[in-house]
Amino acid sequence: MNDPAGQAATERFRLVVVSGGTSDPSSTRLLADRIASRTGELAADRGESVEVGVIDLRSLASEIATAIVSQHIGPGLTRAVELLGAADGIVASAPVYKAAPSGLFSSFFHVLDNDLLIAKPVVLAATAGTARHALVVDEQMRSLFAYMRTLTAPTSVFAASEDWNDKALGGHVERAAIELLLLMESGFARQIRDESWKSYQHEYGSAGGTELDIDLSSDLMRLATGGKSVPRQR
Amino acid sequence: MQFGIFSVSDITRDPVSGETPSEAERIKAIVQIAKKTEEVGLDVFAIGEHHNPPFFSSSPTTLLANIAALTSRLLLTTSTTLITTNDPVRIAEEYAMLQHLAGGRMDLMLGRGNTAPVYPWFGQDIRKGLPLALENYNLLHRLWREDVVDWEGEFRTALQGFTSTPRPLDDVPPFVWHGSIRTPEIAEQAAFYGNGFFANHIFWPTSHSLRLIEFYRQRFEHYGHGTQKQAVVGLGGQTYIAKNSQDAFKEYRPYFDEAPVYGHGPSLEDFSSQTPLSVGSPQEVIEKTLTFHDAFGDYQRQMFLIDHAGLPLKAVLNQLDLLGEEVVPVLRKELASRRDPESADAPTHQGLVRAKYGDEPARQPRPNANRGDNVTGASPYQDSDASAEYPKLV
Repeated sequence: MNDPAGQAATERFRLVVVSGGTSDPSSTRLLADRIASRTGELAADRGESVEVGVIDLRSLASEIATAIVSQHIGPGLTRAVELLGAADGIVASAPVYKAAPSGLFSSFFHVLDNDLLIAKPVVLAATAGTARHALVVDEQMRSLFAYMRTLTAPTSVFAASEDWNDKALGGHVERAAIELLLLMESGFARQIRDESWKSYQHEYGSAGGTELDIDLSSDLMRLATGGKSVPRQR
Repeated sequence: MQFGIFSVSDITRDPVSGETPSEAERIKAIVQIAKKTEEVGLDVFAIGEHHNPPFFSSSPTTLLANIAALTSRLLLTTSTTLITTNDPVRIAEEYAMLQHLAGGRMDLMLGRGNTAPVYPWFGQDIRKGLPLALENYNLLHRLWREDVVDWEGEFRTALQGFTSTPRPLDDVPPFVWHGSIRTPEIAEQAAFYGNGFFANHIFWPTSHSLRLIEFYRQRFEHYGHGTQKQAVVGLGGQTYIAKNSQDAFKEYRPYFDEAPVYGHGPSLEDFSSQTPLSVGSPQEVIEKTLTFHDAFGDYQRQMFLIDHAGLPLKAVLNQLDLLGEEVVPVLRKELASRRDPESADAPTHQGLVRAKYGDEPARQPRPNANRGDNVTGASPYQDSDASAEYPKLV
């Protein structure tokens, strides 16, 4: 697919699937895979390619629990953070058991640095045993990702048991996939990184250990070096 | 290179015996531990500062003064002194007093404290913790170096013509370490003033502590205090030693599993392979500790956490025996052979006195007789600059 002139014309996107499914095979993972593979097909049609990495939270369950109670980040979780930090797009898929994304799924995102996913395109997906959980994706998962400052695709995908043999699900997957691809193509996340990264809140060592810039001209740095703090507001 | 132990002063139930020591027992025990630290040939003892149960150490200078009176060689310090919730004027006074009583065998490490409810008990707000720490140290630094201080800041009432007494021993301020895990501003402040920088090095992998230490070294050189190698770095660490590896894991496991902060979290195996914790035989602990030198280069002080998580006094004293007999002597030899002669010496009062005065006698301030201005006088001591000006109070 390289352009004959030899210029690197192939856009290659790194897509990461995060699945909170716990069985094997898991319908939560299956739903995420459908979105990811459809995104890959659409990309191929346009002379682009998508490389998919998968984070199965089931295998990280004890590391996630450990991180929640002790801030100790194990090697599997470290690898997951690296994958997400390098991702151009994400499909985040959660099982719903009790009117909320599963605790495992939520906990994983709770231990990530606040700035790890800034401006990254995300498709949200969820599975459940009943359609009564349908609004969990848009009412709960979307707000979690708003907090993480992701660029969440307009279409999210929900599949209750009865949806698996409904053509409509395929339509939702299709819509979400094209949205995700267009958002990745836009280069929005990269541009935010280049042009506006500093305007978000960071801590030293955040963004998965990549945020190591130190602003020596800040008010606090002036105070650290014997200067006055910001004048008191009266 | 100095070796020592640091305690956070937790009073924790012993998960093996089920007993929780009383405050009285724990306070008596800590004095015994400090004395033993000197007996086994270690150099430094540090105590933390906390203002809530289950900790006993609200008043570190009182404890350290008592230990100073019972020891002759041990260097006493803190881990940490709260530079946020303590008035820097009180820190200046209390630690200068300790410095006199301990004959200079002391320094202190400053930290912020991360328990939000403690701040308002002392009229402060954790959300202002960082600027508070930075500004308070700026004042503390001057109180120990200028006989008479005029000062105005955001967090404390202004001072006019204030003299912190007693003046530091030999008019040489106590050495200060700034402790931080991930705050570049604290490393910058340590570098700006040419003070020491301490990485707690307990919970996070060595690579994590390394970034801020490298930044501190660069900035230390930038501010003209010496080369990067001459910056003064201290490291924490924690250890549990037994004659062989299996016994070390077996004996330590129940305490690790229920330890405050990381208990009920990672497995002992994971935590000891992924963080600076070393559990094992003396040889294994020696090898792991030497990897710190591989990562950080020469550093001046290595502290071990061995007194915590409900470990009984007997076990702590036994750890000190093993450290003193089998681990630290080997580490001293190994690290001395690796040491670059350019590296800074470990900070001591004698070293600081020599640096300031050479062979000249040290200044010994003697107050002037009261001239009616002893509260706000500009020249409180007989050798104060006679032309010192009175502060303008308008």
